[in-house]
Amino acid sequence: MPNGNGTIINMQGIHKVYDTGKVKVDALKGIDLKIQRGTFAAIIGPSGSGKSTLMNILGCLDVPTDGVYEFNGERVDGLHHNRLAEIRNEQVGFVFQNFNLLPYATALENVELPLIFKGVPTKKRRERAVELLEKVGLGERVSHLAIELSGGEMQRVSIARALANNPSLILADEPTGNLDTKSGRAIIELFEELWQKGHTILIITHDPNIPQRTERVIHIKDGQLTENGNGAH
Amino acid sequence: MASVTFLSQMFRDMRSQKLRTLLTMFGIIWGTSAVILLLSFGEGIHMNQRKSVHGLGEYIVIMWGGRTSQDFQGLPRNREIRFKEEDAALLQTVPHMKAVSAEYGQGGVKARVGKVDKLVRISACWPVFAEIRNLIPQEGSRFINDEDMKYRRRVVFLGTELAEELFPGQDAVGQYIHLNGVPFQVIGVMKQKEQDSSYNSRDTRMTFIPSTTFKTMFGREYLNNIVFKADEPKNVPQVISGVYEALGAKYKFAPDDKEALSMWDTSEMETFFNAFFGGFRIFLGVIGAFTLIVGGIGISNIMNVVVEERTKEIGIKMALGAKKRFVRTQFVLETLLLVTIGGLIGFLFSYAVISLFPLLHFEEYVGIPRMSFSVSVAAISILGLIGLVAGYFPARRASDLNPVEALRL
Repeated sequence: MPNGNGTIINMQGIHKVYDTGKVKVDALKGIDLKIQRGTFAAIIGPSGSGKSTLMNILGCLDVPTDGVYEFNGERVDGLHHNRLAEIRNEQVGFVFQNFNLLPYATALENVELPLIFKGVPTKKRRERAVELLEKVGLGERVSHLAIELSGGEMQRVSIARALANNPSLILADEPTGNLDTKSGRAIIELFEELWQKGHTILIITHDPNIPQRTERVIHIKDGQLTENGNGAH
Repeated sequence: MASVTFLSQMFRDMRSQKLRTLLTMFGIIWGTSAVILLLSFGEGIHMNQRKSVHGLGEYIVIMWGGRTSQDFQGLPRNREIRFKEEDAALLQTVPHMKAVSAEYGQGGVKARVGKVDKLVRISACWPVFAEIRNLIPQEGSRFINDEDMKYRRRVVFLGTELAEELFPGQDAVGQYIHLNGVPFQVIGVMKQKEQDSSYNSRDTRMTFIPSTTFKTMFGREYLNNIVFKADEPKNVPQVISGVYEALGAKYKFAPDDKEALSMWDTSEMETFFNAFFGGFRIFLGVIGAFTLIVGGIGISNIMNVVVEERTKEIGIKMALGAKKRFVRTQFVLETLLLVTIGGLIGFLFSYAVISLFPLLHFEEYVGIPRMSFSVSVAAISILGLIGLVAGYFPARRASDLNPVEALRL
């Protein structure tokens, strides 16, 4: 983990074209991006800049139209959907703006999901999920349904879920976007804590407070990157 | 392990959508009930009809004399053929013949018990007649036996109804009745049976006496008819031609002269009814199956709606690493579960109807419905097939969702 060295993300000439039939939209126009293991970075940009598209490709939810993407040393552009699902399951942890929890499942069951898809046996799975919920400070809320939790609590559940299979990358899309200032700050602190423990964290946001705390800031505009971060690569 | 979690989620989902779940399952419940009830009642009616046909005897042939229609060996046509008792004995040698009995008949005989008078019909036959014609003695009584024949005993076997009328509320066995003034001892009473066809009169109103006794009493030379039975239903035609040959040789008529003998082959009726009820069953099964298929279409539609509603959930699961296969299996299993529960309720409902139906006492008309093994197997296989097909298409749609788009909702 804090083996600081080693490239986790290596993108070269990534293009993404959405072809709606009538019009072609160039969402990403040749992105080159390298991120080292153990980085805490923010990707910021106005809406429509291609942030979400970049995040989807980074997280192997979507595939680029063109370009080379190496994730953890593996070429992932054009991989079979089953292998992509495995990568998402084991190597990427997603944290979404609107949490994306199963509303009628308990906190525990939500955290268990990635472990289920990995095929972890029930007992181990349960122990792991409880441990993670305790880690994000929700030890008391294990058997609450997701809809019974506050926004901040829901985001903690989703962070616990993102950590379930000990991924090499945590991808957070506007993680504080739906939270009040106080809970938002707490979530960012939680990310910092995780980063200090060695996790690689990428936060996509337009919250101006976040870039101040990350070691690297990547700007995206009109599908292209401009960087002015501190600990820039 | 994983499936347990999903089952519990599924039940939670079903509980939160009680009305929808119930309406969905109603189609399957109704369809299952339709298949099972229609097939069970069809089976019951068939059994009932068979029982009545067999009241006369199973695949027996009743034979009367006739007139020749061809000149044969110098003899003219149009000669009358009549049988004697020894002819029945002769027919016992025909290949595949199982049993033969001669039968004399006499109607308008006055039967008297005490001061009660009744006009009855006598059938005079051999002991084997009971086996051929399904005349089963009630407990503690018997049919005519060889001793009765040998000593020309004046003994009588009574039909069920007649015994009841002559000896109301008493045991008839051992008592005496006078037939045309001659005393006969009752040796047996027939067990109640269904009988929907007869020649002369229904067995339940008959008196049966030994043929030897009859001969002395009425001095008759010719039989009314002969009844016989082949060893197996499929051998009936062969036995019939054997009978033509044997009697043709004796009475000098051509073995292909159908008019010389007059026969009623009850196995023809049975063959007809079997074919008829086979078709009837297919008809009922098809109606039931279509009802079930309509139920299946309903389930498939609802599952499509469910996929729509749960697009977000599917997207989340895919983002977290669920493979297409997993999503597909989940939806197929859910559909199968719905179908199984619906089918189970349908089974229980049908079972209840079938169990309670006899209390209505309609069995005389439609018999007792039977939920046989084959009916259950048919219903279960149709159900399973419908579940798989109904689940497959929505499941495929779910698994083909693009995770990015599914999440965006």
